[in-house]
Amino acid sequence: MAFSGHLLTVLIFFPAAGALALLWLRGDDEVWIRRLTFVVSAAEFLFSLFLLRAVPIGATGYPLEEFSHWISSPPINYHLGVDGISLFLVILTTFLTPICVLASWHGVHHRIKEFHVMLLLLEVGVVGVFLSLDLFLFFLFWEIMLIPMAFLIGIWGHERRIYAAVKFVLYTMAGSILMLVGIIWLYNATGTFDLPTIQQMLQNGVLVLSERTEMILFLAFFVAFAIKVPLFPLHTWLPDAHVEAPTAGSVILAGVLLKMGTYGMIRFCLPLFPDASRRAAPYVAVLAIVGIIYGALVAMVQPNLKKLVAYSSVSHLGFVVLGIFAFRNISMQGAVYQMLAHGISTGALFLLVGMLYDRRHTFEISEYGGLSTPMPRLAAFFLFVVLSSAGLPMLNGFVGEYLILLGTYQVSWKWAAWAATGVILSACYLLWSYQRVFFGEVTHQKNRELLDASTREKWILATVAVVTLWMGIGSPFFTRRFATPCQAVLEQMNRNVMHEVAAPSVPQPMTTGAAETSTERLAAR
Amino acid sequence: MTSLNQEMLHNLLLVLPEMVWCGSAVVLMLLQPFVKGRQALTFIALLGAAAGTMVTFFGIPGSGFAGLIQFDTFSLFFHWLLGLVSFLVILSSDSYLERENLDGAEFYALILFATAGMGVLASTQELLTAFIGLEMSSISSYILAGYRRDSIKSSESAMKYFLLGSFATAFFLYGIALVYGVTGSTNLASLADADPAGNLLRLGLTLILVGLGFKVAAAPFQIWTPDVYEGAPTPVTALFSAGPKAATFALLLRIFSTVHAATEYWFWAFWVLAVLTMFAGNLGALVQGNVKRMLAYSSIAHAGYTLVAFAAVTFVRSDPEAVAPAYAAVLFYLASYALVSVGAFTVVSEIGGRGERYLTFEDYAGLGTRQPFAAAALSLFLLSLLGLPITAGFFGKLYIFTAAIKSKLIWLAILMAVNSVIGAYYYLRLIVVMYMREYKGTVPAEASRGLSPTAAMVVTVAALITLYLGLLPNHVLSIVLSPHLLLSAR
Repeated sequence: MAFSGHLLTVLIFFPAAGALALLWLRGDDEVWIRRLTFVVSAAEFLFSLFLLRAVPIGATGYPLEEFSHWISSPPINYHLGVDGISLFLVILTTFLTPICVLASWHGVHHRIKEFHVMLLLLEVGVVGVFLSLDLFLFFLFWEIMLIPMAFLIGIWGHERRIYAAVKFVLYTMAGSILMLVGIIWLYNATGTFDLPTIQQMLQNGVLVLSERTEMILFLAFFVAFAIKVPLFPLHTWLPDAHVEAPTAGSVILAGVLLKMGTYGMIRFCLPLFPDASRRAAPYVAVLAIVGIIYGALVAMVQPNLKKLVAYSSVSHLGFVVLGIFAFRNISMQGAVYQMLAHGISTGALFLLVGMLYDRRHTFEISEYGGLSTPMPRLAAFFLFVVLSSAGLPMLNGFVGEYLILLGTYQVSWKWAAWAATGVILSACYLLWSYQRVFFGEVTHQKNRELLDASTREKWILATVAVVTLWMGIGSPFFTRRFATPCQAVLEQMNRNVMHEVAAPSVPQPMTTGAAETSTERLAAR
Repeated sequence: MTSLNQEMLHNLLLVLPEMVWCGSAVVLMLLQPFVKGRQALTFIALLGAAAGTMVTFFGIPGSGFAGLIQFDTFSLFFHWLLGLVSFLVILSSDSYLERENLDGAEFYALILFATAGMGVLASTQELLTAFIGLEMSSISSYILAGYRRDSIKSSESAMKYFLLGSFATAFFLYGIALVYGVTGSTNLASLADADPAGNLLRLGLTLILVGLGFKVAAAPFQIWTPDVYEGAPTPVTALFSAGPKAATFALLLRIFSTVHAATEYWFWAFWVLAVLTMFAGNLGALVQGNVKRMLAYSSIAHAGYTLVAFAAVTFVRSDPEAVAPAYAAVLFYLASYALVSVGAFTVVSEIGGRGERYLTFEDYAGLGTRQPFAAAALSLFLLSLLGLPITAGFFGKLYIFTAAIKSKLIWLAILMAVNSVIGAYYYLRLIVVMYMREYKGTVPAEASRGLSPTAAMVVTVAALITLYLGLLPNHVLSIVLSPHLLLSAR
């Protein structure tokens, strides 16, 4: 590859170039706009597959990095890097974007050029977030990504779109501005924004944070990420944003944007503030479990199909957070796996709900019923996706939840038990809603004439279904690649503790040192 | 004799920009009876503004007029900024004056006089000279605010500005008198030697702070701002929010970089001022239905952010290592805000149409489809005011944050963060209206023609600079971080 040295830069800015190219097309040249966007995003997906080759299995650190100076004072560098965790999140993003272009082929009617420009710019921001290794650069992409998403919701959304868009931006911004203060504080203490350098300083004991400072900094980062995830009770923006967003917006939002929060926790919260993470873990775990159960219960009583899927996200992402804050390699792998699986399954659910909406222009479950008669193929795909989301073995949802529960059980059987009820509840609300929409008599006359999946829709769904199945049975392909980085995150946490134990000047409550005992003690409380 | 002449020449070189600005203003007034057509006058005014900025290159760092005027990187920076602002304002006024059927010559002359006054403020090293600069810019501003004689709002604006402004000037003057009473001199350098704990000196400086606080619209002295900004012709509002504000902040910085000790007192003064100003501006802006008023309140809020950096300056005053980034933060912020604000007000001026009728949020509905360029540019400016990355405003805010956190002003930084989020709401509201609301047809076709060529030029320049400062702030940073920024403070 000629561009192998700059693969990461290409991955970030290729969609931006595509967006620029779109601006040259005439606004009413609909077909070509869609085609060009599809080609650009599909090419981006192919580029991202090169990452698989660039990141060898079992590699430590960041196998592919890019570095150049950008701003001299404060020293902000253009530092990108990819490891096994960010690798798949990038691929997930580039995979979902062309799918979104296809899914909006008939659903979006006005201001088509702007729509596709926004979609590509969103991809720029999201890929940038996953690849940044400079705290500042990370924050920059984190903020930039907001604008195209807000526009996607606010212009092409449904009735209450403006309210939802503004709520989305304000929630995220409130969190991220605190994170900025935290980032600057760290810079002030270390003189650099570079994540690996700061980690190095923490390990060498050059940077020692007092207990209180560490907790405050942890919270500054954690709250920003928790809003994005969203962790109960910060989730209230999510149902609004999802219900009002157009299908493509929902897919990207659920599929990728939520993962930015959990990714942030793995990449920043745990390695930078290990002690604070450990102290906060019991509380975070409780919030995560409350989110799992609360999200499932609220989803169960939703009359609105899209809101149901949105609340199911709250529940599923609770699992991810729980998996991360159990501090076990296996649960962390499960968390990463669940991030990917949720991206595919929930993305697919939103696609399917969007397809129903394209036909009937409503999300109310009571408006449907007996749909498997007029549209058997769509019903079959829907069932497949519902089962994967409910965590049926052999499909993608199962692997992540299983690993998370396994890891969590090692820490506390109570956590695992409570979380496991979420698995049962998810089967309840998903299957029950499926039954109400697709089985029984056709109660509405309009529903009799509904068309089954078109060729385009079949292609979209078949692609997603293949990936779902593959992730279900071929999970080692994925886990092998992020097992080492997950282990590295945990080791980093433990090393910091070791160091603090070694340094006599630092008051250290945990004299036994190892993370194992400390988490167990926390869990036992 | 020759040495005297040489000294005179050296002194004159120090005020050459002001002389050029005043000179071109006088030429404009003289030419008015002979020149038909506004365009020629605009051209001369632009030439004058640009020439005044260019001649700063002849300046030699040092002080002149027996220490009254100081020429250093600091004043150089502000001369460039003020010259650029007045250049852009003059350019954007061209179409405005035509639309409103107003005379050009006096208008341009007043802008240039005001610019000269601000230039004096930026380079003065003595309080009475500062007073002259302040009056020069203020009196021109009063007239400019009421330039639309047939509009009641404009007259109200001028009257309010004049009455309250005179009041503030009196405070300033009293302050000078007290300072003179204590130190026996009005030179800033003498402040450094004065007993900083003396109550009389403290009172004098407080009065000076009140007078200047009025000029920069710091709460609780900000009440006049929305009315004056709303009533004044919009290009003049652009000038108010950018020029005098920057120049007065420059003077404040000079004064309070000289006051040696008693920083505790001044630190808290600035702390309180900053918090009050941020909240007054942002909370006020939240409920506005008029875009011009909203931007006026936002301008108060941004004065508050600048004052946060002042609190940092007074806090770290004793440590020259730490103070440099705080100075740089103020300068960078003022530059970024000034240009963004000129750009935003220029768009508002053009959308307003004849008689400035279309200023409400409803009039901006659907602007994204009616006038894509104007809407995109205004969005960029709003995002910069909001402080989003890759715009100038982001780095401005970042440097202030950094300065505040370096000085361990965590609470002030957090309050500033809270305010940024409040600010995000009303800036986004306008963007939402422009792009997400349907156009209801309240604006007649004549007002939706798009920007006039001159205004489009101003907006383009402002937008480019906004992006330039947001992407490559290194160049400007190297200027504002210069070790010889303030010759006297070292």
